[in-house]
Amino acid sequence: MNGASVTVGEAPLATAALALGDDALVLSHRLGEWAGHAPVLEEEVALANIALDLLGQARTLLSLAGDEDELAYLREERSFRNAQLVEQPNGDFARTIARQLFFSIHQHLLYGQLAAGDGPFAPLAGKAVKEVAYHRDHAEQWTLRLGDGTEESHARMQSALDGLWRYTGELFEPVEGLAVDRAALREGWLAAVTEVVERATLRMPDGPQTGAWTAGAGRQGIHTESFGRMLAEMQHLHRSHPGASW
Amino acid sequence: MTTMAAGAGAQDTTAHEADFDAAVAADERIEPRDWMPDAYRATLVRQIAQHAHSEIIGMQPEANWITRAPSLRRKAILMAKVQDEAGHGLYLYSAAETLGTGRDELLDKLHSGRQKYSSIFNYPTLTWADVGAIGWLVDGAAITNQVPLCRCSYGPYARAMVRICKEESFHQRQGYELLLALSRGTEAQHAMAQDAVDRWWWPSLMMFGPPDAESAHSAQSMAWKIKRHSNDELRQRFVDICVPQAASLGLTLPDPGLRWNEERGRHDFGAIDWTEFQEVLRGNGPCNDQRIGQRRRAHEEGAWVREAAAAYAAKHGKATA
Repeated sequence: MNGASVTVGEAPLATAALALGDDALVLSHRLGEWAGHAPVLEEEVALANIALDLLGQARTLLSLAGDEDELAYLREERSFRNAQLVEQPNGDFARTIARQLFFSIHQHLLYGQLAAGDGPFAPLAGKAVKEVAYHRDHAEQWTLRLGDGTEESHARMQSALDGLWRYTGELFEPVEGLAVDRAALREGWLAAVTEVVERATLRMPDGPQTGAWTAGAGRQGIHTESFGRMLAEMQHLHRSHPGASW
Repeated sequence: MTTMAAGAGAQDTTAHEADFDAAVAADERIEPRDWMPDAYRATLVRQIAQHAHSEIIGMQPEANWITRAPSLRRKAILMAKVQDEAGHGLYLYSAAETLGTGRDELLDKLHSGRQKYSSIFNYPTLTWADVGAIGWLVDGAAITNQVPLCRCSYGPYARAMVRICKEESFHQRQGYELLLALSRGTEAQHAMAQDAVDRWWWPSLMMFGPPDAESAHSAQSMAWKIKRHSNDELRQRFVDICVPQAASLGLTLPDPGLRWNEERGRHDFGAIDWTEFQEVLRGNGPCNDQRIGQRRRAHEEGAWVREAAAAYAAKHGKATA
């Protein structure tokens, strides 16, 4: 192991496993940053719980593509395949909840489809879909409370939804090796998000879902600026001790 | 609510006191609705609150390494541990609330410095090995302190401790296993483990509190069976447990005075720097300001979230999330 980088299989299974695995790994990491900073003790427990579920999914998925630690710690930014949405900084609690809402509804529908099929991801999805149902409920419940809470929480939640909207289109771009009905995914996602957002007395964001970058950029290893810094922190210790086991 | 002594005649109080003393003497559990001396209630509130605060502040030194954990397995273990600590804080605040106080009030006292937390969490976690040293030594000391609390005379506290001690023992084994992996790893990893143990050993011994002769609350707490063993006795027990464990880890303990005493059948060990202990308690430890500052900030920055949950509950007549 030279510690510099690691090559990844190009097979469609590996490509798809990395896309899903990196989504879970990176979002888990972001949620881990909340530890000790949450607005209420119950949320320390909940956010850590979700982070742990996602990390568990990431480990299973990355192991389908190679060695989990090599893939997590020795790939450089341009080799990560996660959607840009999950790497977005935590921001305030509303921003974190908006990110969770967009992602967990997507993941819930996606894993539902995968679990129902007989592809290589069916066993993982069948187990994870129960965890993700909880994540989705948590995000929806908080969207309602923040949206329909105080004037301040309403404004913050709206601003969070608006700010992250441009990163949502990428969730529905094709991923090689992932056999899903993307049109149904997109339709189901939009309906579910709209329902919660309206019930929370908020309005749906109206900008483009692709922002300045072409959709699918994260899946091609094109990330946003904060991601490199996140990886620097995540990988530093592992890279400082090449070949060591922990 | 419990029947307080207030309003009761002196004779009633005496009768209550006799019942209470008899229950404690018979090793019966005191429950929230039972009469209890005001001082017993106050001591328990102080001790349980301090214990809860320690769990919450104690998340910080370990959470400091979540984003840098060197393998995904270790990262998962550490996240689960920090989550458990938040859970322990919740049990303990609930136990304290059975004594007629509220979580908000207790947190307020923590944030304003009127209630303390364990001095150990004012030390920094400078390397990954510190996570292992905390698990092995700090959780080990906590367990030595807390196992006897599973038989504490106050029922809700004793029951919380049964659950907490199970999880703590698990954390302690994980910490030991983390250090073992480092100790048997590369030279740099071994050195990292030794350095962490060198820095955490003495602060861990201080976790048992001042020497018996100077312990303000000990005698009364032992009479009430809140406490079962003296500080010095528990500290000695801990040293005797750690010495062989350090040997099997392949690490040394930073105390030239540490040796087996055949006559006592226990280990002698060097003098603790009580000046340092007092300084840390007074707020002058390495991380006191940082720890309490982060706790206050999390609370203040989260105020709008708690207000939102309360406003939503008021509108929709449901419990908050």
